Parts: sequence; structure tokens; C-alpha cells
Amino acid sequence: METKDSKKVWPEEVRGPIWAVASGKGGTGKTTVAVNLAWVVGEKVQLVDCDVEEPDAHLFLAGDASALREVTTQVPWIDQSKCDFCGLCAQFCQFNALAVVSRVSLVFPELCHGCRGCSMLCPHQAISMVSHRVGQMEIREIGPRLTLLTGTLDVGSPQAGPVISAVKELRDPRILTILDAPPGTSCSVESTLRGVNRVVLVTEPTPFGLHDLKLIVELVRLLRLSFGVVINRMVPGQDLVRRYCEEEDIPVWLEIPEDRRYAEAGARGRILVDEFPELRAAFVRLVDQLKEADG
Amino acid sequence: MTTELVVISGKGGTGKTSVAASLAVLAGPIVVADCDVDAADLHMLLRPEIRVVHDFYSGREAILNQSLCVRCGLCADLCEFDAFTRLQDETGITRMDVRLLACEGCGVCVRHCAAGAIEFPEKFRGHWFESDTRCGPMVHARLLVGSGNSGKLVNQVRRRAFELARQHDLAWVITDGSPGIGCPVIASLTGATHVLAVTEPSVSGSHDLLRLLALTRHFSIPTFVCVNKFDIYEPAAREIEHMTKAAGANFVGNIPWDRAFAVAQQEGRTVVETDGPGARMIREIWDRIREQIGQATQEGNHDEPA
Repeated sequence: METKDSKKVWPEEVRGPIWAVASGKGGTGKTTVAVNLAWVVGEKVQLVDCDVEEPDAHLFLAGDASALREVTTQVPWIDQSKCDFCGLCAQFCQFNALAVVSRVSLVFPELCHGCRGCSMLCPHQAISMVSHRVGQMEIREIGPRLTLLTGTLDVGSPQAGPVISAVKELRDPRILTILDAPPGTSCSVESTLRGVNRVVLVTEPTPFGLHDLKLIVELVRLLRLSFGVVINRMVPGQDLVRRYCEEEDIPVWLEIPEDRRYAEAGARGRILVDEFPELRAAFVRLVDQLKEADG
Repeated sequence: MTTELVVISGKGGTGKTSVAASLAVLAGPIVVADCDVDAADLHMLLRPEIRVVHDFYSGREAILNQSLCVRCGLCADLCEFDAFTRLQDETGITRMDVRLLACEGCGVCVRHCAAGAIEFPEKFRGHWFESDTRCGPMVHARLLVGSGNSGKLVNQVRRRAFELARQHDLAWVITDGSPGIGCPVIASLTGATHVLAVTEPSVSGSHDLLRLLALTRHFSIPTFVCVNKFDIYEPAAREIEHMTKAAGANFVGNIPWDRAFAVAQQEGRTVVETDGPGARMIREIWDRIREQIGQATQEGNHDEPA
């Protein structure tokens, strides 16, 4: 991960907007919406796959992966020749990432959050910070106007947050960015939504869909983000999500009808707007509404 | 010994919770654990009657005491998570603040603040519940939105589920896990005896399953796989079956697309409490899982010295 000091700061006026596509419930069509949105947006855009536990956007967008980069975090390394096993580091660590047992000191890198507290307090300067791999990033040029940035968490590594932050940092901040968020409302979703201008919440008109939509609405309101809803797999008469949005004064930007042909095309990895003209028109309208909201 | 079957999916929205609830009803009386703590939906199908409510505190959080703060800005310099912001004018720093949801609770600022202006209380993150359902005791939770740290809550829920299984002499815990392969999923797999992966026949479903199977192999947990809505795209369902076998996991069945899942969800029931092709297949899957776990246990017993 880049250190704080090396971050480039771009002046406000040249920054492109960041839209995030999120959903409280998994499998509502979040990636489908993000991919199709990026496909019809009509300007230079980068799609960032922040669902680093299960990144799927590249399955829909053909392009060679280039510029593979490692994502690392900084974790302690103990110089055993300097360590006197006093155990201060283990006492300090809030995450149990260090342990001192009789005359052995141990580090559990997968539990470390990289705060550097242990290395700062070690009275013998026995602790230095070293890189620990947690995932990787790929850049794919999909076409002249679309770049896909994918973050992938290593299997067995629990911490998605650093991979999400790193892949977001890869983007060119001057052009429009669309983030495909992980499902749920966890800390990974918080990491994704940090610094976003607008959020598209994808849901479905089922009791689970409504329940989990309410949770993510609570989160985006807590973060004071502007947002609207896309209802996927809409069935006539299933109005529970629509009613909730009306009561809460939340804009419904798009409804995608339930259609087995859409499900099959999505399952094959097809881009829906290329196969179904009515969906292309619908996504173009969604882009218009997002841009209007950007003002 | 308690057998725990953790139901996970990799990809979200494959029908994991509907299948987990169905298995709980078929297997009952058992203990049910909802470990999808940041989008917990299982209660909508099992309708638990809550008996005990617990507060969940975990980790700590920096709280700045403005009356003690001398506005030196050291906390912001040391914080790796950019949790502090400073308001500045020409005279220097006018105010320090903690940024919403940014504190990871490491305690570096607390230790280094010379003015002692940073308090570090335990953080309240939500509630967890012990309940009764028609299939036995249930442990579930509600994480406050924006409080992260779901892995520790998963540990808490599972620990109590195991205690209840012992107390009530119940042989099974069925656990609804969360999507993905990260922190909460790893927390729900640690020490689990078996996994059932519920996937769907799509490019995303098979890609995500492959990563999930790598994870369960990493933890050496025997894994069953079933495909939900297999008839949406049968070539992918066949590919998943091959993939499962190649990965050394156990394929236990294809569940057809069935409107009954949606209807049951609207009625707050599980699909196996209705009748239809989906319900019949889940029954078969449960029989297969139970039979295979039973055989494995018996073989295990034979291996023990007499």
C-alpha cells in the first residue's frame, strides 16, 4: 500500500465523479448494473471492481489483464536477537497479532491492521515493519473508453479493506469512476463508499431484498451520501420496495423487469444492453439521471 | 460430538439462506446459527421467539475529549487510518476531530497523546440473541450499521450455538454463513466440521465457487456443493459438477428454479414446508449429506483402536 505522503492530490476541479453500485443483499444484480452502466456511459470511464473477495466484472468484459501488481500491508517483523521477550508489544496490540510465549515472540500477520504501534513502543527497537502480501490488482483495457481495475483478495487472507483501498488508489482521478462494491454493509463496503459522490443501490422486490436495502440505506445516510435505487427482477404487483422508497422519499432510478432471458444471458457472461435494446435505453436513462444528480 | 454444517455461497444471492433454513427444518431439532451478521435474513424464514438479548461490545474506539485537547496534531500524524482531521486557520490548528467510521481501534493515538485527551472505551456494536424456533434453539445477531468487526460477532454466535447444542444434547449445528471468502466467512469456518456451498449456474457462480473451494481446502474442511436454479443455464451446472469433483469436493444435487422459493419467503416459511420440485430436491440433498457424514463418522470410528 502507498504511504500517506506519496498520495497524489489533484485539484478539486479536475476530479471526475465517483459513482458506487452497492447492495445490502448479495446477488441482486449489482455487478450487472455496474458493468452495463460503464458500457453505455458514453464517455471515458474506469470501472473498479471493489468486490475483492469475489471479483466478477472481468467475466463480462473481455480484455487482457496487464500490469499485475501485488497489494501488501505493513506488518511487524521481530529481530529475535534484539527481543528480550518483555511482551509489551503483545500487551499493546488490540488485534492479538503478536504473542510472546516463554522465550518465543510470534507475529500473526493476518490479524495485523498495520498501525505500527508495536514498532513505535518496543524499548529495544526489535520490531520493524515489513511487507505482507494480501492480494493483487489487475488493469484491463477493455476498449478506447473503458478501463477495468480489479482487486483480488488472496484466498485465506481475511482483510479485504487494504485491497479495496489500493485498487481505488489505482484509478485516474480525473475521469469518471464507477465502483462495484461488495455486498452487505460490512467494513469492506464502508471502505468502498469512502469518498464517493453518488451511490446506486440495487435491490430486488422480495422480503430479503427490502430488509437488506433498509440496512444499506441506513449506512449511506450515516455517510451522508446521495443515492437512489434500482429495483431488479421487478414483478408486477410486488410493490414492497417501491412503497418503501416512496415513504422514505428515495428516488427509484430504474426498474428492470424479471425476465428469464436476462437471467440466461447474464449467466453466460453476456452484456445485457448489447442483447436487449430495451435495456440499453433503460441504462442510458439511468446515466442521464446520475449525471443530472451530479449537476 | 457436535457436527456443524456451515452453508456458504461465495457469490451472494444464490439461495444460501433459503437452503440453510430448509435444512434446519428437515434436520430439527438442531441448533441454528445465523452468521451472516451484516445482512441477517434467516429470522424472516424461521421466525425466532427471542428469549435472551445480549449487548455486543468488541474492540475499542478513540473518542477525543475537546476540553483536554491541546491541538498539537500528533494523533493525525501517527494514525495510519487517517482517522483524525484538523481544522486550521492562520493561527494554526483550531480543532481536531475523529472522522466517522475511520478509527480501527489500534490505540496508537491514545498511547502517544501527551495531554491524555483521547479516551478509548470498548465499542458497542450491536446485539445478539438466543431464541426458540420450530427447529430448535437459534443464535443470531444484529450488527449496528457502520460498526464493522463482524468476524468477532460470528465467533460469539457460533460459540454460543455450540454450547446450546451440548446443553440440549443436540447433534447438529446448522450455520448460515455470509457471502464472499473474507473475514466473516473465515470466522464461520474455523473449527467447522462440514461445509455446504450453494451456488448458481453462471460464469460468476462457477468463478466464485472455485475461490470458495480453494478456501475450504485451505482449511481442510470436507465440502458439499449443490447448484440452485440449475436449469437457468445447464451447461454451467454441469461444469460446476465437474469442477466440484476435480476439487475433491462432494456434489450433492441440482435444485430446479422454483417459484415456491419466492412464495415461501413472502409467507415467512421455508420452501420445504411447501411442496414442489425445489422442496423435493432439497430433501434429497439433505438425505445425501446426512448419509455421507454418517458413513464418514462410522469409518472414523473403525479407525480408532479397540
